[in-house]
Amino acid sequence: MNAEKLLIIVPAFNEEAAVGHVVREIREVTPGVPVLVIDDCSTDQTAAVARAAGAKVMSLPHHLGLGGAVQAGYKLAFELGYQYVIRVDGDGQHDPRYITAIFEALRNSGCQMVIGSRFLEGKFDQATLVRALGIRFFRLVLRPILGRPVHDPTSGFVGVNRDALQVFSRSFPLEYPEIEALVVLQRRKFRFLEVPCRMRRRMAGRSTITVFKSLYYIVHVLLGVFVNVLKYERKRRRG
Amino acid sequence: MPALLDFTTGISVVLILMVLVSIRRQHIRVEYSVTWFGAALTLLLLSRSPGAVSKLAGALNISDPPLALVSIAGCLFLLVLFRLSVILSNLKDANIALAQRVAILEYHLSAHEEETARN
Repeated sequence: MNAEKLLIIVPAFNEEAAVGHVVREIREVTPGVPVLVIDDCSTDQTAAVARAAGAKVMSLPHHLGLGGAVQAGYKLAFELGYQYVIRVDGDGQHDPRYITAIFEALRNSGCQMVIGSRFLEGKFDQATLVRALGIRFFRLVLRPILGRPVHDPTSGFVGVNRDALQVFSRSFPLEYPEIEALVVLQRRKFRFLEVPCRMRRRMAGRSTITVFKSLYYIVHVLLGVFVNVLKYERKRRRG
Repeated sequence: MPALLDFTTGISVVLILMVLVSIRRQHIRVEYSVTWFGAALTLLLLSRSPGAVSKLAGALNISDPPLALVSIAGCLFLLVLFRLSVILSNLKDANIALAQRVAILEYHLSAHEEETARN
């Protein structure tokens, strides 16, 4: 892998128990590739653990949430001239062994985004019932907007090339960014590809997603998707 | 009706005083107080003009003038809240951009310091 071209970003918030292991795993499978942990103002030792594991760390001055942290990573990568960026979450759910497949697909397909997809083979054994229902719902919503099916629209295990990096540096959804990001790219006629991957259970801590948050997520993302669609239609009509 | 008008007059006066005191103590910036002033003054003027309230109720096809006054007050405050949401959203965007810029600059700075220390 070309270390000059690829940066791996790991957004992390209070992940001291997992982030060290994640960084070491990434460095094992992609030797020589820089790993940047974006510490979203953790209150624990996330930054120190990540540094000790060999990652570079960019610390945010206050908590911005997932989208804000990921966008900060994209902005830095764009400024530093990287051609490709792959995001791996700091909780250990993304298996770094699939980074190579995502990178190869990014390089060879000409697509601006590659998604590590859990459900490419149609199996929903890697998600809880509620999550599987939510994902099926968003697949249906996104199908006509994207003009093609997407199997795992909520996957955060994604790689982007420099074209997408430029777009995301300027505009990136701040909360629950995965689905909206797909719409943002599609509206610019960018293409995406899915490659199969498996995800693991988080290494430490508990998911903060509750029933109420799931409902909020659905409403929030739906609104974000339609705002993006309307924004594009308005621009198109103005020429 | 008169009791309600007196009540809304009192509310308007209290609101105007609160805004003035807040500006004086620099708890609120002048540009953000204008909307509140506008809303409070409109409410005050309507409260002191029962005839205007009745006419407005007629124009809005609301049979009960006090209900019209309450509805207008509600709409005014909804508008104020909406304007504040817009301002808040802009401030949040600016704040996020600033925080990201600070983090990126700190990253560059520490990378530069590391390089200098190595040489």
